[in-house]
Amino acid sequence: MSVPPDDPADRRRFLRVVVQSAGGFFFVGCLADSEDAGSPAPPGGAAYDWDKFYWAYAVDTDRCIGCGSCMRACRAENDVPEGFYRTWVERFEVDAAEEAHVDIATGRSASFDRDALPPTAGRRKSFFVPKLCNHCKNSVCSQVCPVGASYQTRDGVVLVDAQHCVGCAYCVQACPYATRFINPRSHIADKCTFCYHRITVGLPPACVLVCPTKARMYGNLKDRQDELQAILHRRRYMLLKPELGTNPKCYYLGLDLEVV
Amino acid sequence: MEGFVFPNEQSVVWTVMIVLYPYITGLVAGAFVVSSLYHLFGREEIRPVARFSLGAAFVFLLFAPLPLLVHLGHPERAFNIMITPNFSSAMAGFGYIYTAYLLLVAIEIWFIFRDEMIRRAGGGGFWRLVARVALLNDLRASEASRATDHRIIRFLAGLGIPMACLLHGYVGFLFGSIKANPWWSTPLMFVIFIFSAIVSGIAVLIFHYMLIARLNGWKIDQACVRSLGRFLWGFMIIAVSLEVLEVVSIAYKQSEEWEILARLIEDRLFFSYIVLQFLVFSLVPFLLLGLNALFRFRDAVSNTILWIASVMLLIQVLLMRWNVVIGGQLVSKSYRGFTSYMPGVFEREGLAVAVVIFTIPFGLLYLFHRFVPLFPPEAMRGAKSVERPVVPSTELH
Repeated sequence: MSVPPDDPADRRRFLRVVVQSAGGFFFVGCLADSEDAGSPAPPGGAAYDWDKFYWAYAVDTDRCIGCGSCMRACRAENDVPEGFYRTWVERFEVDAAEEAHVDIATGRSASFDRDALPPTAGRRKSFFVPKLCNHCKNSVCSQVCPVGASYQTRDGVVLVDAQHCVGCAYCVQACPYATRFINPRSHIADKCTFCYHRITVGLPPACVLVCPTKARMYGNLKDRQDELQAILHRRRYMLLKPELGTNPKCYYLGLDLEVV
Repeated sequence: MEGFVFPNEQSVVWTVMIVLYPYITGLVAGAFVVSSLYHLFGREEIRPVARFSLGAAFVFLLFAPLPLLVHLGHPERAFNIMITPNFSSAMAGFGYIYTAYLLLVAIEIWFIFRDEMIRRAGGGGFWRLVARVALLNDLRASEASRATDHRIIRFLAGLGIPMACLLHGYVGFLFGSIKANPWWSTPLMFVIFIFSAIVSGIAVLIFHYMLIARLNGWKIDQACVRSLGRFLWGFMIIAVSLEVLEVVSIAYKQSEEWEILARLIEDRLFFSYIVLQFLVFSLVPFLLLGLNALFRFRDAVSNTILWIASVMLLIQVLLMRWNVVIGGQLVSKSYRGFTSYMPGVFEREGLAVAVVIFTIPFGLLYLFHRFVPLFPPEAMRGAKSVERPVVPSTELH
């Protein structure tokens, strides 16, 4: 070669080629990925058209008897690791001084501790409140997920892409309802899916199926004939922490001010 | 645990590593600001530590993502943050901001040390090879090329300040924008993080420079450390005022969240927040640095005061990170109780790993100094009349 080995122009050309190719690869990579992300295959096979559904959930706190069936069913259906909860039931007892005492059903048996609360005498009010992911319309968890692993499906369910989640736990911090956790086995964010694998094939979520008092309900907000819509039109309902602007799709009937 | 806590809040998910990460990026941002005081703002008296501060910024920057990787559930997927960023998330900016800033600091360092590296490349041994690779085997330098280098350095030093603020302010924003957490959710967090970063950066430079000078028997440059001491005093006043302002404004407004935050401060964080962060590690350095700035002490006394104040402020900023990161997670989102947290020593995200991650940059900085001197020749002169040889001495005299 006629180019002398210490010609700076040669090095400059080399650096330019390196930078340009890196940029090129990056650009092509982004294009390839955006094509891929644009059209994920709808679940439930060809029979399920997710544009016809917008899933929502309702809890009638007057009906809940705190039996814990929903918690046991959820654990069995979704293989929820011990010590973590995709759904749980809170027990509220308001005492003579109008002070609320709260605890939850725990363990595999999902039972309440009989001795955890103050004596029955002077109790003003007692009730149970089931909790689960609110599948917010304006969900903070999917907003803050840095890699887009937490996302909203077109039919209104907030899910986690298990193949993509990096396990940073930013969504766990951001969820105002503490419904998310880092699964100690898979090391990714875990949460209630509305039993997406069931509702997309026409089956109710496990917790709804086993609830003996129909305190838990689910339905499709795009279907005018849907029972859930009729209930929401007939009854007064409340949302959890509505001031945060998350717009939950889990509607609470008969919710007490004490509940957050 | 105390009161009612939601069942998934039994343990704290962001632990020691997430305390360490903003601490390290804070040191980076602060050290960079000091180097820019000289390179951009022409504070000549900072010259003895100007290069050293940039070197420190660089090695800390190299290690800033390590605590994050240790923390991630799937570190092998870390690059997802750049491959499929979700731009509605503040965290998605990390990969880009970090990489851009790392490149900027690396390039600035390259230009600043080009002359030294050329000198190294003319020598022998392992470092000769490193220098030749770094220089792409171009060993020429002229007055014209030095002038160009200087212009580039000034430009990068200027560009680096907003980028340092972005890198570190972004960390504050990450916490401040979490509306679910009453202890974090304040726009002040962004500003507090930037100023506490500058405080920790200046403090680590004073601490480290004085330590190295003492160990090597160099004469400490009084003009330099006195000036740094005054900057440290000024920036700590701003940082601590903002920290106080944040909590006072929530308390004064008496909004809904104050009920639980008051319990957090009075009960769970009383010792680490009120006693340590404010009463001991803010008030004492404030008084020490104030005395040192307002009165003329003998050099030895002044240096001791400065060194102690710097060490205390380094601890203050670490405490502040701890009280923000851990403190915020102690409050249950039920507003009815608190989780508890005690770091383990030998677990994956434990104290031992944190100490190792925090120590490596100092070792790397030493290697850096073996390669090219981080201090100008006049800063490496002995305190006594007997000149001691310093590393690497041959090229410099």
